[in-house]
Amino acid sequence: MSLDNPPTLTATQEARRQVEICNACRYCEGYCAVFPAITRERAFADGDITQLASLCHNCRGCYYACQYTEPHEFALNLPAALAEVRVESWERFAWPGGLARVFQNSGVALAGALVAGIAVLFFALTALAPDSGDGFYAYLSHAAMVAIFTPAFVFPLVVIAMGLRRYWAEVGGTRITMADLKTAFGDAARLRNLSGGAADGCNFEKGDRYSQARRHAHHAVMYGFLLCFASTSSGTVLHYVFDIQAPYGLLSLPKLLGIPGGILLTVGAVMLAWLKTKADPELGAPSVWGGEMAFVCLLGATGATGLALFAATGTGLVAPLLALHLGTVLAFFLTTPYSKMVHGFYRLAALVRDAQLRD
Amino acid sequence: MRDLSKVTWDVIVVGGGNAGLCAAIEAAESGARVLILESAPKTYRGGNSRHTRNFRCMHDGPLSVLTGTYGEDEYFDDLIRVTKGKTDEALARMTIRTSEDCLPWMEAHGVAFQKSLSGTLSLSRTNAFFLGGGKALVNAYYNTVEDLGVTVAYDAEVSHIAIEDGAFTGLDASIGGTVTRIEGRALVLASGGFQADLDWLADAWGPAARNFLIRGTPYNRGVVLRDMLDQGADSVGDPTQCHAVAIDGRSPKFDGGIVTRLDCVPFSIVVNKNGERFYDEGEDVWPKRYAIWGRLVAAQPEQVAYCIIDSKSINDFMPSVYPPETADTIDGLAQRLGISGTKLRETVDEFNAACRDGTFMATDLDGLATEGLTPPKTNWARPITEGPFYGYSLRTGVTFTYLGLKVDRTARVSVGAGRLTNVWAAGEIMAGSILGEGYLAGFGMTIGTVFGRIAGQEAAAHVA
Repeated sequence: MSLDNPPTLTATQEARRQVEICNACRYCEGYCAVFPAITRERAFADGDITQLASLCHNCRGCYYACQYTEPHEFALNLPAALAEVRVESWERFAWPGGLARVFQNSGVALAGALVAGIAVLFFALTALAPDSGDGFYAYLSHAAMVAIFTPAFVFPLVVIAMGLRRYWAEVGGTRITMADLKTAFGDAARLRNLSGGAADGCNFEKGDRYSQARRHAHHAVMYGFLLCFASTSSGTVLHYVFDIQAPYGLLSLPKLLGIPGGILLTVGAVMLAWLKTKADPELGAPSVWGGEMAFVCLLGATGATGLALFAATGTGLVAPLLALHLGTVLAFFLTTPYSKMVHGFYRLAALVRDAQLRD
Repeated sequence: MRDLSKVTWDVIVVGGGNAGLCAAIEAAESGARVLILESAPKTYRGGNSRHTRNFRCMHDGPLSVLTGTYGEDEYFDDLIRVTKGKTDEALARMTIRTSEDCLPWMEAHGVAFQKSLSGTLSLSRTNAFFLGGGKALVNAYYNTVEDLGVTVAYDAEVSHIAIEDGAFTGLDASIGGTVTRIEGRALVLASGGFQADLDWLADAWGPAARNFLIRGTPYNRGVVLRDMLDQGADSVGDPTQCHAVAIDGRSPKFDGGIVTRLDCVPFSIVVNKNGERFYDEGEDVWPKRYAIWGRLVAAQPEQVAYCIIDSKSINDFMPSVYPPETADTIDGLAQRLGISGTKLRETVDEFNAACRDGTFMATDLDGLATEGLTPPKTNWARPITEGPFYGYSLRTGVTFTYLGLKVDRTARVSVGAGRLTNVWAAGEIMAGSILGEGYLAGFGMTIGTVFGRIAGQEAAAHVA
């Protein structure tokens, strides 16, 4: 019997090998939800490994605390093993799967999508320029925007919903209760699994030193994104329900939500990108490093171009900046089911499933 | 790294485990210029501390993650029970009393604690668990010494301590293959026991020791300990003894650590290479018996034994790091384990015939004992009848050795008539002063922390 790691192990098999060693050790129980979840089982089906992988927030506390990392013959690197399983599962759950592989493995492809999006917008600008209209609608009619963005918004959501159904079946999820959702959203809202438990944060950009930087940066991006989303939603409501049309004033709901949101999103994304350059790529899934980085940049660019567009109000830069911003947003939406953006959906699903299993 | 021999260090610490790091922190905080010489490479730094998981701590009322109260007398009674009185009461009580101040000090120097791990609830009052285990503690202390400006040399094995007229003057260390003389004004020895030197172990215990597995670091070879003893340093602890437990026989020769433990013995029968039982597997709950099984297995042919379990019991204990050998028949299992099927079947049949009816309770002494069997199994005796059958090999796993340097309550090392002027010792290298026999969970870290801190303070005061 040997624990040698033959090169033929799949990502799931390799993660299982490691998780079984963790289950005989249990020193890391205090870091995050993954370890208590491991100790609830004795044997790990493929779906169990998928669930553990999605639950892992890659805080890396367990790696730096592990007495069995290489060159030890057990060769544990649980954050990397679970990251590989996550990447594989996202490709498996995405439809069509090939697209996910392209986007995850290649930041260039993601950037390409961005460029393509912008090009489409420029084309739309010239071809569909309205005869009249205020603000943005002077450049692109409201109808044209709706015609472009409605499918671009709905299509990714449909694909993600399909993926989540597959995920739920694979991990053996049961009927979801309000209590499950409350626990899961509470964990997500506080990023409990990046907190390091009793430690002050996670291990990312400073090796084995603990730091809250990644958690704070992620908070900025997540809440910034949600504020931006709320801003757009409030604009939609104002437009359709109250017949109040853009452009909106500085003290309007879309601006009050959108400006801080854009700032948080941009600053957070810059921080996340910087932190990513400082962290050891071998503790994640190295093959998708570029795709992840491109995703963070794309996310930051949606915020930054939005702010720039706002700053350019009334100048000749509105037309190109509008195209740039809308193109970025379009690229972001369209790539959502295939980019690192899906992590939010699957991780939330994993937290819901963990809440079900916890009691 | 700059040339370590160009500097006269205030305090040189030999060994970069818990005790050495505590000493270095204290000395550096007192303003001393400190060098740590760690024999392991950076990835394996920290000695046996990297395999530890908790700190046994006296406390009056809840303290950090600890519940209730754990007083000096109760703590000392626990120590007397495991050591059977082989301790120095004054040193032991001083260690116990000081432990209470150590926990907040540890937290202030980067150690994070967590509540006791699942399956260790019995320790939630007495032992504070390190979040992530001992390696996380070691990392925290290395970060602390780095912030304090302490110099750390890895792959630095000390071969000789130069002592003139009762005082340390310098030492020889091989760093990256080159032997260098390094000078210092005070010395703290925290380089552990000798359990990784199999020749020494075989000399002390007998040739059977060559078949032992070493649970911890391969870098505790006792080079400095032997050098000091050769120079007449006073010793404590039985030179022939080591703390040994029964672990999974397939474990790595060194550094297998915590995961190699097997908790299945009470729910199994244990046979030797000849397929014969040799001890009462159900004498007591496993936490109270695992330590004697190291010796029991060591006394068997080829220092190996085999746990035999059936399907009824396979889920009654902590998961093992390696899956068990499995077969549908006892004969098949014997074949997989490399022992005689006929003999094993005889032993199992005999055992099964001696089992009687009763209620099995995995977590309590259930009194389910065999009748008319030698040796008996006095608890958890259920017939081994339901396939598939499972088997684990067991070998002796050495945790630490008892022989060490004698110290006084200021951690100072003595030679014959007098104390050395400027040499202190902390951790496993002097633990035999207090822990003469047996082991008390988390007490090694207590000794290391208490004496490491004292040694660092004393050494710094000496050079101040």
